[in-house]
Amino acid sequence: MSRYSAMFERLSGEGAFGAFLMLGDPDLESSAALLDAVIEGGADMIEVGIPFSDPVADGSVIQAAAQRALSAGVRVADCLELIASLRRRNSQVPIGILTYANIVLARPGFIRDSAEAGADSLLIADVPALEAQPFVREMEQAGIEPVLIAAANTPDETLKRIANLSKAYTYCVSRAGITGTHAAGQFDAELIDRVKQAGAPPPIFGFGISKPEHVRAALDSGAKGVICGSAIVNLVSRRQDVASFVQSLKAVTRNDSMAE
Amino acid sequence: MRLNGRFGRFGGCYVPEILVPALEQLEAAFLDAQDDPEFIAELNRLLANYAGRPTPLTRCRNLAGNIYLKREDLLHGGAHKTNQVLGQGLLAKRMEKTRLIAETGAGQHGVATAIVGALLGFETVIYMGAEDVERQKLNVFRMQLMGAEVVPVTSGGQTLKDAINEALRDWSASFPTTHYLLGTAAGPHPFPTMVREFQRVIGREARTQIIEQLARLPDAVIACVGGGSNAIGLFADFIDDPVRLIGVEAAGKGLDSDDHGATLLRGTPGILHGAETYVLQDSDGQVTDTWSVSAGLDYPAVGPEHAHLKDSGRAQYVGATDAEALFAFKALAEKEGIICAFESAHALAHALKLAAEEPEIAILVGLSGRGDKDVAQAQALLGAGLVDEIQAKALLA
Repeated sequence: MSRYSAMFERLSGEGAFGAFLMLGDPDLESSAALLDAVIEGGADMIEVGIPFSDPVADGSVIQAAAQRALSAGVRVADCLELIASLRRRNSQVPIGILTYANIVLARPGFIRDSAEAGADSLLIADVPALEAQPFVREMEQAGIEPVLIAAANTPDETLKRIANLSKAYTYCVSRAGITGTHAAGQFDAELIDRVKQAGAPPPIFGFGISKPEHVRAALDSGAKGVICGSAIVNLVSRRQDVASFVQSLKAVTRNDSMAE
Repeated sequence: MRLNGRFGRFGGCYVPEILVPALEQLEAAFLDAQDDPEFIAELNRLLANYAGRPTPLTRCRNLAGNIYLKREDLLHGGAHKTNQVLGQGLLAKRMEKTRLIAETGAGQHGVATAIVGALLGFETVIYMGAEDVERQKLNVFRMQLMGAEVVPVTSGGQTLKDAINEALRDWSASFPTTHYLLGTAAGPHPFPTMVREFQRVIGREARTQIIEQLARLPDAVIACVGGGSNAIGLFADFIDDPVRLIGVEAAGKGLDSDDHGATLLRGTPGILHGAETYVLQDSDGQVTDTWSVSAGLDYPAVGPEHAHLKDSGRAQYVGATDAEALFAFKALAEKEGIICAFESAHALAHALKLAAEEPEIAILVGLSGRGDKDVAQAQALLGAGLVDEIQAKALLA
């Protein structure tokens, strides 16, 4: 069983809390400690960004994090090593990579190397379902699960394609825009229904999760979990405690499980 | 998508999922408009009566060789860019959008977008790197004068590529009401195809004009390549002809220096701003900074059709350095009384080289824009002696 399936089974209805960190932000050593901190805070799954110079799907907070990592001289190989060492410390937590197509293309064997480092899934932010096929084929061969994005404006036909191509979870975006913009998403129950109808992997909401009420609203919409990114990365940039923040949001998923 | 949006292995539609429906809508509107005689007639009216088409084809009287200049510098707005902003502006109307966004480097595409925004009544927002805003105050004022809002972009290197990133981010949230008026034949499908079709008029006119003047096809067709819209527009109607097609990239301070914008000559295949194409990048895939004396050629990717024309061998790509371009700029002013854009001077620089090597051949050069915007910089550079005498003699021999 994949680590994602095992996680969903273990949670049995309790919402999954995904914590996002940019690898190498602000430097390699701190980054390794931050990965441990979000797990300590109770994150059920870890999403890690591999920094790219031109992250068009990201808002200013994540962009700045990528820039900090790149300015610190962090390379793709360092990121893969951070993942490998986290995997050595923790054999169970699902680790998903979020990055951009040019990073994947530039390193021959990037997908295989990611799988070997112990990552469980790969989301390429600028590869929509329309262009995903060749990447998915390579991921299947390497044994890493493809994750695709479903947005409120994604037609049912594309959701079916996402159902056929992806595994792990479906990264749902309920409002237009990029990561980390201030207004919280209106967590669209209709999108979650359509994702489930299409038979796509478990829907998880990303974008706009920074407060307990966002987690609650996202889970109330029927999502199987949430991913919190910019709010955590903001704390990293201010060198503030991420573990207790993760703990406060994760707590909501436990309280909310009764509603399921 | 109705078309596959590929040029050989290059092109495609590499954007966040949320933008795919916007690009599908744009493709549909574009394809429908191509089949709509009323749309074509309206565009042609604007091109003729507003923008000043057809532009002349001028045979150089005093420069050596047989060089013909396709005079996009005489188009309203001062460059070829007006052709395609009118096309996209009409499409935006057709899609009932009320707002235009665009990226700009030195400001030429921003000015062109502000023109069409004022003409067709759009709210217009231009993203421009904060450094460029500082360097190009006059163009910023031009845009503002025509009612556009200019937003300085402070992320990344604060130049053109960062402005594109920011425009894409805006569009991800605003596409229901907003058209992203991309400035060149690059980016995700359908932009490379659409922009080529709106720029095809350059080559179509030039082909007819040179046959009228010369009673035959030219031997070589030369254009500068940044994103590549003026080059693809000039090449498009010559692709099936037995004619050499040559694109000239910015060799900056030299192709073997780190300071150039020669994406096709020194880049490697990658994916940037929505398309698979050549990209100037490091071995990790991080996009590198570019350099050119000409802001319009200072871009780390290139239109995917050029990537294909290079790999298929149908077109040849060469570089011209800052100094060579500046020399050509000066020579055209002195010998022909034409002050051209630094971008266009790159194409002319290669034409001068070719004319010296093969004096008998007929060369068509895309003079993509006028040089008013570059005069102050030219004054500073020529004063600093960037064009040396030895080089000048070699080129004018």
